[in-house]
Amino acid sequence: MPDGGILLAMLVATLRAATPLVLAGLGELVTERAGVLNLGIEGMMLVGAAVGFMATVATGNPALGMLAAMLAGAAMALVFGFLTLSLLANQVATGLALTIFGIGLSALLVVDYQGHPITGLATVISPGLSQASPMVQQLLLIDPLVVLALVLPFVVQWFLGRTRAGLVVRAVGESHDVAFALGYRVIRIRYLCVVFGGAISGLAGAYLSLAYTPMWTENMVAGRGWIALALVVFSTWKPVLLAVGALLFGFVTIAQFQAEAMGINVPSQLLATLPYLATIAVLVLISRDATRTKLNAPAALGRSFHAST
Amino acid sequence: MLWLSPLIAVVASVAASAVLFAALGRNPLVALYTMFIAPLGTVLGLTELALKATPLLLCAVGIAVGCRANVWNIGAEGQFTIGAICGGGVGLLWGDQPWVLVPMLLAGIAGGMAWAAIPAFLRTKCNAHEILTTLMLSYVAVQILGWLVHGPWQDPDGFNFPQTKQFTPEATLPLLIEGARVTIGALFALGVVPLAWVLLGRTMTGYRIRVAGLAPGAARYAGFSGDGVVWFSLLLGGALAGMAGICEVAGPVGQLQPIISPGYGFTAIIVAFLGRLNPVGILFASLLMALEYLGGEGLQMDLQLPQAATGVIQGMLLFFLLAADVLILYRPRLSEVRHA
Repeated sequence: MPDGGILLAMLVATLRAATPLVLAGLGELVTERAGVLNLGIEGMMLVGAAVGFMATVATGNPALGMLAAMLAGAAMALVFGFLTLSLLANQVATGLALTIFGIGLSALLVVDYQGHPITGLATVISPGLSQASPMVQQLLLIDPLVVLALVLPFVVQWFLGRTRAGLVVRAVGESHDVAFALGYRVIRIRYLCVVFGGAISGLAGAYLSLAYTPMWTENMVAGRGWIALALVVFSTWKPVLLAVGALLFGFVTIAQFQAEAMGINVPSQLLATLPYLATIAVLVLISRDATRTKLNAPAALGRSFHAST
Repeated sequence: MLWLSPLIAVVASVAASAVLFAALGRNPLVALYTMFIAPLGTVLGLTELALKATPLLLCAVGIAVGCRANVWNIGAEGQFTIGAICGGGVGLLWGDQPWVLVPMLLAGIAGGMAWAAIPAFLRTKCNAHEILTTLMLSYVAVQILGWLVHGPWQDPDGFNFPQTKQFTPEATLPLLIEGARVTIGALFALGVVPLAWVLLGRTMTGYRIRVAGLAPGAARYAGFSGDGVVWFSLLLGGALAGMAGICEVAGPVGQLQPIISPGYGFTAIIVAFLGRLNPVGILFASLLMALEYLGGEGLQMDLQLPQAATGVIQGMLLFFLLAADVLILYRPRLSEVRHA
């Protein structure tokens, strides 16, 4: 029977593993609620991770690193927005291009900084308590972004469901023609949502390179951007459900390490396939009911808008 | 006119690469020469070009057929890897048999098809979108390869390196030109171009694929099986990617190891778009992208630029292509529609 310390350790580890998924997933959720499908999350996260790492090496301040990562993610999203919203390019192809571009750009940017040690993100509880009991030691691993990932789903849920601005975002995502006819600036609203998605995906990337594993390795996001995308479908576009899904995935990731620690004799490479297989399994379970997915998905998702049409 | 946008995109991406090189503190003219011209100067360079274009061409034709049907197979990398594993496994088992190459190639093709059959099944029976399933299966495939070469298939005399035994000469594709690395795999790829062109443009199956992509409603009305098109295009894509995989390991790589591809399966997406989803266009696009790989290696050696620069230039190329398409298809005006 595992004691409280181990349970707490697993809980904290699950929260930490879920944090980047929650953040990136919320960014994509808001983007999709406005009717835009951005498949470039992975690329934006990678550039965020790289820029966040570089800025932290340069300034020694992880807070500035996170800010830089958000700006970098937003800049990537602006490129996507310009192509798909202003130039009406195909959203699927542009998103894929953004990911391919981001993989290369992140590796290129970081070259001169590789291997530099950084001070990772400071934790919420001050390190002065580090002589305390093992329970407290575990809580020490909680950093501000983990807290943000716990709060933000509720904020976004409230924003989309209970505010006027959120209603406008949803209107744009459900029917851009109607929203336009009502006098809302569809393109401008979509730009804002896309840029928000980019900034928070950048932050999610920075979480990986500043807190989760405080270092840079090439392609370190390792498909989390795509898992976040699957989580949006899984959550039927509802922020709090998305967080629940992310926690489930965090748990699968942690269970993989726990299984190794407990001496379960499965090769690590095969255990590493678990999050990807779980994504497929979840996607299958959720999508099987075609009508349900269709009812929940923003009706204008992936469709370009031009005022003349 | 649509043929113009790849040219515009290529010119724009070359210009943007010059800016990139300058930003990285290199002489842009020297870097451009190293990237785009130097590799073409020697016979050996040209054979290397064909070598790198082979997997790109094979994967991209499969992806393009899918895209024509609005089926997004972006997991060619995974089908490539499983093809390499299945074909390579046959080669390791019966490497001393004289005709082992034939079953190797068939196993590679079958492996890629089997891996692509999973997303086809999930899409047609469970409604799960193939973008995510094909991609997730790519990550799984790479991990399986890693497990095999670290574990059961590791060469016992390999000083614990994560790799299998070298393939025997019987299990290695014949070279096209003595002294170069390019194999007859390049001929297979070249042969696929006219076949795919005939398939798409001159057969009923190709017609169904195009209708399914352009007008799904019309395809349904005509009684074309939507599921059939999904199955066909994914299986074809898997077969071609699997063939690319086995040709790569039974050729230039020569054994199974954790990394057998510098992302050919993903770059092939760019190739497919750059080639306008047309097999002949893809042939040229694959040569260009192969040149960027070669040039990227040159940049790494001569100018100490990281290999990742290639990825950035390839990504920019796709951006420019998508933008150029729009500027050719529509006539944008700068003024926004004013609100009342």
